[in-house]
Amino acid sequence: MDLVLTEEQVLLQQTAREFVAKNSSLRRIRALRDSQDRLGYSRKLYDDMAKLGWLGIIFPEECGGLALGFTHLMVVIEELGRGLLPEPLLSTVLLGGATIAKGGSTAQHQDLLPRLINGELIVTLAHQEPRSRYNPLHVETRAQKDGNCWVINGTKIQVLDGAGADRIIVPTRTRGDSTDRDGITLFVVDAKIPGLSLERQWRIDARNAALARLHNVRASETDVIGSVDTGGDTLAAIIDQATVGLCAEMLGSMTAALEITLDYLRTRTQFGVPIGSFQALKHRAAKMYIETELARSAVMAAHKALEENGKDVARLASIAKARCSDAFVLIANEAVQMHGGIGMTDEHDIGFFIKRARAAEVTFGDATYHRNRFAELQGY
Amino acid sequence: MLLLRNRAKDAAMETLEQFREETRQWLRANAPQSMYAALRSTDDACWGGRKTTYPADVKRWLDVMAERGWTAPTWPKQYGGGGLNKAEAKILSQEMAKLGLRAPLVGFGLTMIGPLLLQEGSEELKRTHLPPIIRGEIRWCQGYSEPGAGSDLAGLQTRAVLDGDDFIVNGQKIWTSYADKADWMFILVRTDPDAKKQEGITFLLMDMTSPGVSVKPILLISGSSPFCETFLDNVRVPRSQVVGRVNGGWAMAKALLGHERTMIADIFKDRVPGNPLLTLARRYIPESATRIADPAIRDRITQVDMDQACLDLTLKRSQDNMKAGHKPGPETSIFKYYGTETNMRRRELMVSIAGPQALGWEGPGFENDELTLTRDWLRSRGNSIEGGTSEIQLNIIAKRVLGLPD
Repeated sequence: MDLVLTEEQVLLQQTAREFVAKNSSLRRIRALRDSQDRLGYSRKLYDDMAKLGWLGIIFPEECGGLALGFTHLMVVIEELGRGLLPEPLLSTVLLGGATIAKGGSTAQHQDLLPRLINGELIVTLAHQEPRSRYNPLHVETRAQKDGNCWVINGTKIQVLDGAGADRIIVPTRTRGDSTDRDGITLFVVDAKIPGLSLERQWRIDARNAALARLHNVRASETDVIGSVDTGGDTLAAIIDQATVGLCAEMLGSMTAALEITLDYLRTRTQFGVPIGSFQALKHRAAKMYIETELARSAVMAAHKALEENGKDVARLASIAKARCSDAFVLIANEAVQMHGGIGMTDEHDIGFFIKRARAAEVTFGDATYHRNRFAELQGY
Repeated sequence: MLLLRNRAKDAAMETLEQFREETRQWLRANAPQSMYAALRSTDDACWGGRKTTYPADVKRWLDVMAERGWTAPTWPKQYGGGGLNKAEAKILSQEMAKLGLRAPLVGFGLTMIGPLLLQEGSEELKRTHLPPIIRGEIRWCQGYSEPGAGSDLAGLQTRAVLDGDDFIVNGQKIWTSYADKADWMFILVRTDPDAKKQEGITFLLMDMTSPGVSVKPILLISGSSPFCETFLDNVRVPRSQVVGRVNGGWAMAKALLGHERTMIADIFKDRVPGNPLLTLARRYIPESATRIADPAIRDRITQVDMDQACLDLTLKRSQDNMKAGHKPGPETSIFKYYGTETNMRRRELMVSIAGPQALGWEGPGFENDELTLTRDWLRSRGNSIEGGTSEIQLNIIAKRVLGLPD
């Protein structure tokens, strides 16, 4: 695997960058937050992304996709991350669509993927529970057989882009203990199904997240993704993929936070000189830059591994997520510090980055969690 | 047309495969048995030179390889080099690696002054100096730093004044690696004290046996003396030994820095196989046979591992970029900074894991490998100082990459 973008990928990067510059800004992100919009994103802009084919990048052609591979997707997500765009591409493509593509039946493929790819359906995965912390295989939500039906009861927290979604994929426990890999069954249910409530949660990053309560939700056999009790492997693989995708977003966001800060260091004067001339700040800025370069290598390698169906995906995903979590938090913290008082005000945009850094750090496991997982994989 | 090109390509491939086969056979036939072993340390390697006597096998391995020019595989044949193209040189190094053969010769002649002479030297200098480097007869050292010119190298004060056809050199160099074992020194001297500091420097080649040269090893905190002070008292250096032009030495130093940084990147690439941290943890932390029992140590090992993985991937990305025809970026400063810092963190951690057994200097109660571990840790403290301090690397990144003001 060569860690370098192809000409086609560089072109896609330019297209994505221009799209973001033309259609979004931190002012728009601020307005979305201030309006307390239930969606927290623009459905229209999301449709425009669909028209560019971005939602179909990784899916096979027979489902309406472009079959282009994960590095193409990385390039797009990184650009969205640079602008902190909240549109639900990552959740619909890497949580919803990827689960259906990987574990679903031909009927589910045909029913859902084309409409997901053209932007019609928002599909997400409810991967967290009140007690699961970072372990996606910790599933306590129960599904019990009742005749031809399954009855689902439980709570899922911070379902990404869950408010206003059209379909929710719900991992349930159909056998065994709450952390067993075996005995997990995945259901895809309509968001409007009786017994399911999706309540918008308000997080520091203002991103769309929903508290999902399932009370005697009745799903049918055809709603099962894959087969009963065997959803654990699919779920683990999907979370790895989404983790890698999130790393691309974090890479874009931390790069943007660094650029905004560098700009400030060059222009803000104190004692009659630009503060960027002070060595105490220069060295820290250089370290922040090194972090972005190291993160970029790890993120690229993880995407290449996904693209080439590498066996090393879990290890590389943990390396990338640990790095990106630490790097993004460091850069965001330093960014606020280097901006001084103005960095503490809500009026300045840099605050959006420190909040997003914290939310992204925790999503799919923080650095400590991923170091521990890496150590397990290595047999330490 | 396409077909023709493919045929030419096939023929080239066939020739290369033949070269691989011949190379393998020749190596098997000529390498002494004891050379099938990785180097344990830099002291273990053959540095050549008149002042060191090497074991018979080491000498024989050097001689047979030098005879073919394979101590410097890509250098032109006319100077005694191997005359191999890149593809052939790669095959040679691959075959040597497969057999586990050690390099027949290492040193600053091969990695620094030789490449610089090939790039910038006059025909006469090349003919004089390259063959003895290739044969391992002359060992070189680098006369750069001075007591008053460390990070601020361009502030160097060693004076050279022209007297007839010779320069008369006076001054002092410091941190000269292996000056006590070297035969020649490439040295930066000040030839115009009135010019801007970078513009009054000349790059000279100096015979260490010249009258007026004296060398004193410096004892380091690790107990070893890889560096020396070099005193220069009215040393005569013929004008013919200028590389580049008089007062044009700074450009030579910068050109050489490129070779030096490539070398640094290579050093950090070639590490011992296996995981020494894990081995140490199993040995020193009780009840760690299946899982390292101290969770803090386990986390620190993982951090160092991940840091190294990210650095390796960044090295690879940089090489892939160059392969794809992109210009090299500012990576060398990143590699120097992060490679040394990571190595130092690893050494620090090794000592932490070994606990009280890492306190030995010599004598009873300490195994040899424990004493080495401790000395290597002490030696590693210099990694972020030598070859441009970490702070200088960060300055370079801040200025050249981030465009922060002076």
